[in-house]
Amino acid sequence: MIYLEVPKSLKPIVNQAHQVAKHVFRPISRKYDRAEHAYPKELDMLAALMDGLSAGGAQQGAGVDGLRRDEERKDAVRNGANMSTCLGLTELCWGDIGLALSIPRQGLGNAAITAVADGEQKERFDGVWAAMAITEPGAGSDSANIRTTARLDGDEWVLNGEKIYVTAGSRADSVVVWATLDRNLGRAAIKSFVVPHGTPGMEVVRLDKKMGIRASDTASITLTDCRIPKGNLLGNADIDTKKGFGGVMQTFDNTRPIVAGMAVGVARAALEHTRKLLAKEGVEVRYRGSLFSKSAAEAELIRMEADWEAGRLLMLKAAWMADNGIPNSMEASMSKAKAARVANRITLRCVELCGGIGYSEDELLEKWARDSKILDIFEGTQQIQLLIIARRLLGKRSSELR
Amino acid sequence: MDNEKIINEVMGGGLRALNRIAESPFVERLGLEERAQRLVYESAKRMAETAAKAAKRLSPKRSGKPTRPSRKFDLSLSEEQQLMRDTLRRFADEVMQPAAREADDEGAPPEGFLETFGELGAIAMSVPEALGGAAEQVSAVSQMLIAEDLARGDMGLAYAALAPLSFVNAVVAWGDAQQQANLLPKFVGGEETGATVAVLEPQPLFDPAALRTTAKKGSGGYLLNGEKSMVALAQSAKWFLVAAELPRVGPRLFIVERDAEGVSVTGEPAMGLRSAALGRLELDRVRVSHQALLGGEVALKNQGKNAYRDSIDRARVAWGAMAVGASQAVLDYVIPYCNDRVAFGEPISHRQAVAFMIADMGIELESMRMLVYRAAGRIDVGMKCQREAYLARTLCAEKAMEIGTNGVQLLGGAGFIKDHPIELWYRHLRAVGVMDGNLFV
Repeated sequence: MIYLEVPKSLKPIVNQAHQVAKHVFRPISRKYDRAEHAYPKELDMLAALMDGLSAGGAQQGAGVDGLRRDEERKDAVRNGANMSTCLGLTELCWGDIGLALSIPRQGLGNAAITAVADGEQKERFDGVWAAMAITEPGAGSDSANIRTTARLDGDEWVLNGEKIYVTAGSRADSVVVWATLDRNLGRAAIKSFVVPHGTPGMEVVRLDKKMGIRASDTASITLTDCRIPKGNLLGNADIDTKKGFGGVMQTFDNTRPIVAGMAVGVARAALEHTRKLLAKEGVEVRYRGSLFSKSAAEAELIRMEADWEAGRLLMLKAAWMADNGIPNSMEASMSKAKAARVANRITLRCVELCGGIGYSEDELLEKWARDSKILDIFEGTQQIQLLIIARRLLGKRSSELR
Repeated sequence: MDNEKIINEVMGGGLRALNRIAESPFVERLGLEERAQRLVYESAKRMAETAAKAAKRLSPKRSGKPTRPSRKFDLSLSEEQQLMRDTLRRFADEVMQPAAREADDEGAPPEGFLETFGELGAIAMSVPEALGGAAEQVSAVSQMLIAEDLARGDMGLAYAALAPLSFVNAVVAWGDAQQQANLLPKFVGGEETGATVAVLEPQPLFDPAALRTTAKKGSGGYLLNGEKSMVALAQSAKWFLVAAELPRVGPRLFIVERDAEGVSVTGEPAMGLRSAALGRLELDRVRVSHQALLGGEVALKNQGKNAYRDSIDRARVAWGAMAVGASQAVLDYVIPYCNDRVAFGEPISHRQAVAFMIADMGIELESMRMLVYRAAGRIDVGMKCQREAYLARTLCAEKAMEIGTNGVQLLGGAGFIKDHPIELWYRHLRAVGVMDGNLFV
């Protein structure tokens, strides 16, 4: 039965995440935007808080920790971990994207572990805070082209290479590193490895200074003859050229709707606040009458809201599919592409609509407009999403539509 | 105070306090972080338990109703809807698409088209059993799906097929017992197809809540004056459902018969939707009885006000569904075309400039669909959808036309000539931003 509302069963999670965003993130949002690279000590407290909340009543946490593709399919429709994670992150990013990305034990690497790891590994890496390292100086969107290598030597993998743009790369306990077992075998040979911080050979060599999400650390990492146990390769070590990227790429089907959720959150923050500021100027939003009989500001608010709703509903759709065991690669990309580009446009327009107030550091609007840009870049740029969607729609392989 | 507020209060206060602990320089100076974190963990756990208990305790008390399993976000169709969908898709592919070009040239649906559509049982399935139909339960979602699937065949012919259905939907939703008994059996049995809806007026910046057509109440009934635009099947309809402003009451719907004195109809050919036999309806001092007011005497009160508001939302859902269906047709057409068309030695779909346009079509089509489905889903569970329907209309007006114009662009010169249906769909899709009213789910 077609019903596209957030189910009551997930309201407590949404509510809890919102309270955290409102009372923990917002008050310190500007502080850590200014103090880039300072560790937000409030987050340790928050990690304890989130663990407590999960233990005390919520079935799943608001972070990526609760994320799992549900394998078993029952007859009943499920609104499960994927949806609750997306909705939770939406709320947290309504508060602050950078801080949401810095919550201990909620890293994107954790999503990779839950998506790809086998049962034993899931247990062994339970409670670990894992960052995700894919990008290299010479390989960004073309992640099949990475140069970091993994060589088996006895019972250990030996990793060599350089990783950049690793979100939470210095604060996390571990880094999930993408490396190739054999550069001649292409994408099928790319596997992910859990490398704990403190492993000899892995070093954080620099922290980037950024335009936005400054509360979140973005690290460059080098791996020099870095040895990790054989069992730290996530999933299967076999190189299956037919399955190709399958294994590692599967992570994205789960994480892209989450990034869409982040975009939905920050865009809502900007829209809500702009409405409030414009209401003082007599601009009221009414869902009636011709759009063209309204003031330009009111019409613009409505247009943005319509686009925002689209991003939000596409996110829910992609998450719903994942929760119900329906393959969702294209829909995950659609949700990310739409929500992220809309969030960037909305946050920028809101600054413009609010003029000097919007541009000033007195308000968070200008910060949101800086923060939102990354959402259309990480976890696959807008252009990569369009490629994925186009290939699916047109029935093309990546060798044909490049 | 509702339970959400209580929970917010419980948690909000606690969180503010916890944040202060976290920020406190004393905690750090005294090396109390670990103990403070333990404290935060325990209090957060307690808070969540309290909140969960509060939610459990408060919910049934508040509603007073027995607790039902809560609704879930769901995109699946019922078996009945799926069956209807399969039937209508075949009808769209096998009957509508082949007939669309000629019907556009002729400015009317092919002979027997409405009857053939009637035989599919869509009208019977839209009238509840209690009123002589075959529907266990009427559903805006089902009506929306019908509109989408028909528009996928051809939006002009869909408009023709949906006009009588919309008239029926309105009588089912807002008619009084007498109106239902008089009108519905004729349509359910298939004897009549000649009914249509006339809300839109020929003026810029049209707003269905601010009508120029008026209805004045007199001793014997109502006196109607005004003009209606883009009315489907205008020349052949026996009944019109006309929206008119009742002074000091507000806009309402009236049942007007074709042969009433003062009713005249002229053809109104337009950019697209021509196969719906569009016409301008003129009402020049038309007298109708008291029974002509849809919903009867009570419609003068709030009930009628709510019904009219409802009708605006339902019209927006209907046109949104048309936009989705017709846009889907465009996407379905350009995909094989761009895969087959070779330029510079390979299919043009291998070029990102082309492929990205198609990806964007796919994204925006799905966006439109989600907004329209959401509004319809809310109607079926008795929720308000004014905002949702307005946003759906806003998005569809922009994106459907974008899909239409990009469809022509992707075919290039071939898109501009009438060998392909794309130019026809381009003309149809301009209507999405224009039409308000004239169809109801």
